[in-house]
Amino acid sequence: MLTFENVGLRYGVGAETLRDVNFQIEPRSFQFLTGPSGAGKTTLMRLIIMALRPTRGLINIFGKDTAALSNEDVAETRRKIGVVFQDFRLLDHLTLYENVALPLRVLGREESTYRAEVLELLRWVGLGERAHAFPTVLSGGEKQRAAIARALISQPKLLLADEPTGNVDPTLARRILRLFIELHRSGTAVIIATHDLSLMDQYEDARRLVLADGRLHIFE
Amino acid sequence: MRFWSSIRPAASDVDEDAEEIPSQSALVPADSVAGRSLVIVIAIMTFLAALAANVAILVADASVEWRSDVAREATVQVRPIPGRNVEADVKDAAEAMRRTPGVREARVYAKSESEALLTPWLGEGLNLSELPTPRMIVLKLDAENRADLDKLRMELERAVPNAVLDDHHVFIERLGDMARAAVAIAALIFVFILAAMAVAVASATRAAVATNREIVEVLHIVGAADPFIAREFQHRFMALGFRGALIGGGGAIAFFALAQFFAQRWRATGGGDQMEAMFGDFTIGPSGFVVIFLLAGGVAALTGYLSQFIVLRHLQRLG
Repeated sequence: MLTFENVGLRYGVGAETLRDVNFQIEPRSFQFLTGPSGAGKTTLMRLIIMALRPTRGLINIFGKDTAALSNEDVAETRRKIGVVFQDFRLLDHLTLYENVALPLRVLGREESTYRAEVLELLRWVGLGERAHAFPTVLSGGEKQRAAIARALISQPKLLLADEPTGNVDPTLARRILRLFIELHRSGTAVIIATHDLSLMDQYEDARRLVLADGRLHIFE
Repeated sequence: MRFWSSIRPAASDVDEDAEEIPSQSALVPADSVAGRSLVIVIAIMTFLAALAANVAILVADASVEWRSDVAREATVQVRPIPGRNVEADVKDAAEAMRRTPGVREARVYAKSESEALLTPWLGEGLNLSELPTPRMIVLKLDAENRADLDKLRMELERAVPNAVLDDHHVFIERLGDMARAAVAIAALIFVFILAAMAVAVASATRAAVATNREIVEVLHIVGAADPFIAREFQHRFMALGFRGALIGGGGAIAFFALAQFFAQRWRATGGGDQMEAMFGDFTIGPSGFVVIFLLAGGVAALTGYLSQFIVLRHLQRLG
């Protein structure tokens, strides 16, 4: 599903942030991506969603070389990936309902065809009562769940979550993890970038990808 | 089946909630575009463009009138020369003209009338009776049965050798040139106004893309293709363009209605007559309204198309 071969990335003329990164993500797999702050977790995520281009190496996603993708192909590929950003990236002028529905709206689906689906998912993440609220009035935890719902709504083949429990209490963190595990069981490959060791300990079946000094170490 | 469906939902509850959802907001927020300023700029530009287009039409129509008025007239000048009786020459010339087919009327200007024509150049209070002033015969030509001017000229030379026929063709050509120049200038102003408006829209679009950078980024991440994002900007700008064009076009219609009203009130005054000679009575007629409506529609479409083009180009460069 996703392959990195000798991928390196350098910002400007400095040292490489990522060096000789090699790994594969299989369909229906679950992995934590961890490492100290500044190790390059977010950079790696950005490479996967093609928001950055590697300085060297090959990234192959869903059977296609990302270097050879046209703008249209990049958009098409991103529709198969759900992303939860550390800073949520919700659009403040849209309601929670509209934010969560965004990936479906982008697909050109009629609003009437996904209304029930979106409300159902909002209820599932505990935001059923907040569908009409705007992100500016939500707590960090609520924003986090809304961002997760937006990433899940199109039932992506691959889900990336950057510190998804960074702004929530341990109880909510467990609930969110349960949500990702459910998603994984339904057939989605999941990559969660986190520092939170206790979170990783709650799901020991998960593979661990550890980034340190720009290199990736894999613990099966 | 969606994976979250197995954990929750009560379908009936979902349907109840579903009805409460209001219509979808625009993805490009209204307040993120310098909307009011752009609407004002577009309104002013549309007003000026409509004015330029309609003034060109009015001048073109009026020039056709002037030229056909002038073309229906010709003048015979009988120069007094020693050894000939000018009064007899005038009479002979007038009779020769009246006999010619295509001449409806030949009006002989009395000596005093011919002298009066020189007053604007020579000033008042001069005794012109001693001067050999030429005598004038004004011919009204039939618009339907056009006189053969060459034949007319030959007839005149045969009847009165010291008479000259002036068919005003030089004046008509000058009038035509002047009208064409006025129309060309109005067309140039029209094009400049549209170009200035395009620059304003382009600059507002670039500013809007910069302001909404985060929205564009999120849309990209959730899989929006560049044309989808460009269309969202296009909708926003087309709505602004339409509003501005409507205000500007409406203003132009109001302006011409007012101008027509005042032109009718001031008719028969000196200034009013000059204005009427230049522009007619400011009635823009159906073609004028069609031009304004087409212009307003064109401005809205141009605004939308330009913004889409600029956003698309910007996104492709980013890609």
